[in-house]
Amino acid sequence: MEAILGILIAALLSQNFILVKFYGICPFMGVSKKIDTALGMGVAVTFVMALASAACWAVDVFMLQPLNLGYMQTVSFILVIASLVQVVEMFLKKFVPALYKALGVFLPLITTNCAVLGVVLVNAQNGYHVADAWQFLLSVVNGAAGGLGFTLAIVLFASVRERVDKAEPPECFKGFPIALITAGLLALAFMGFSGLKIF
Amino acid sequence: MDIMAIVTAILILGGLGLGFGLVLAAASKVFYVETDSRLDQLNECLPGANCGGCGYAGCGAYAEAVLNGEAPIGACASGGNEAAAKMSEIMGVKAEVVARKVALVKCSGQKTYNEVGEQIGGAKVKGIYEGFKECRAASKVGGSGPLACKYGCLGYGTCTKVCKYDAIHVVDGVAKVDVDKCVGCGMCMIVCPRKVIGMVEYGTDVIIACNSNAKGAVTARSCTAGCIGCGLCKKICPNDAITIEKNLAVIDYSKCVSCGLCATVCPKHLIADAKIRNDSDPIPAPNKV
Repeated sequence: MEAILGILIAALLSQNFILVKFYGICPFMGVSKKIDTALGMGVAVTFVMALASAACWAVDVFMLQPLNLGYMQTVSFILVIASLVQVVEMFLKKFVPALYKALGVFLPLITTNCAVLGVVLVNAQNGYHVADAWQFLLSVVNGAAGGLGFTLAIVLFASVRERVDKAEPPECFKGFPIALITAGLLALAFMGFSGLKIF
Repeated sequence: MDIMAIVTAILILGGLGLGFGLVLAAASKVFYVETDSRLDQLNECLPGANCGGCGYAGCGAYAEAVLNGEAPIGACASGGNEAAAKMSEIMGVKAEVVARKVALVKCSGQKTYNEVGEQIGGAKVKGIYEGFKECRAASKVGGSGPLACKYGCLGYGTCTKVCKYDAIHVVDGVAKVDVDKCVGCGMCMIVCPRKVIGMVEYGTDVIIACNSNAKGAVTARSCTAGCIGCGLCKKICPNDAITIEKNLAVIDYSKCVSCGLCATVCPKHLIADAKIRNDSDPIPAPNKV
């Protein structure tokens, strides 16, 4: 249990994928104009990250490692994630149209989201890719927690952006520049969590 | 490194790709969702500008609403009767002919200046507004904005910003609609804080280009081209099409025959004959009595 709590804290705060590791910056900047859409994106990413962690664990443990193809991890993970997102999209369209509508354009966007690839590579790095049920659970938890960290970061950022949009920054900072500075300040704030360890 | 390692890598990756491809192909069959083929056809009829004039999130949302019977067919101002006809053909119902509407800025306060830069005509300015160029902000400043007239066009171009068809521009401090480009989506009307923009039928001959409900004396002080409610147009109108409501002349277009007499008597020259038509359209000559 302690390991799971540790993973949660790391993924949410001290090792936040967006604001500390700087993965997945493009959806972070792109879909953070409104809190609603940011939340939608966050939920979608969380869902896909957890699924991708499970699928990539299986591919790595049962196919790549027995054949000594560890160096093909990145390529095959990209393949797995892209197909997975497509299947999930079709599945949702058929069986959960409401959720499909809510996630909408965000699902295809996640196909090429490097935060998702990042989380499975981190799983492999952390040594979760071992044929063992507990390690499998850990990698799924890390995936889901990474997604929650993404959600936290993007919702925080969107809330700030909604307010900054109403303010009037100097001409040269209008629009994207001020958003980048905001992101930088948020990242700086999250740096404060580095070294945070409970166990 | 022996050659077999490379071959295995290629085979495994290729196999994975093929496997996933097959899974996707199977999934697309298993999870196939029947969509109404009419939806695509409806989408094709619509202009695709997503202007939002119909009240839906975009053309796609409107097409869906039409398919579900939630929206009337003629609601797309931009597509006009052409789109409505095609759509009703697809849906198998009779098209209602909707008159083309265009936006009209009900203000004649274009500012004119003499050679030394003093204002000689148009809406008088009561103070210099230095804030950012945005009518909604300007209208909040100083009670009713920088103009002496509480009703007139501020001319900071908020309507220009929302127009997706590049059909409205500020000329001499007053927004002007390019009727050839205007599709009547009504976005400018919604966004205007002064409510100075209205909709009229395309081709309307006689319009009253003023929005001022202030008393005649107040209007006369604040603008050289404001309706003072004198009622001369009302008196001369042979069909009683003009009434004075809240110090402002209003035309009832069901009675108006476009004779243009009112335009000839208006002391402020704000009743315009054929202001919103194309220059190429023939202008009916007013019958002088």
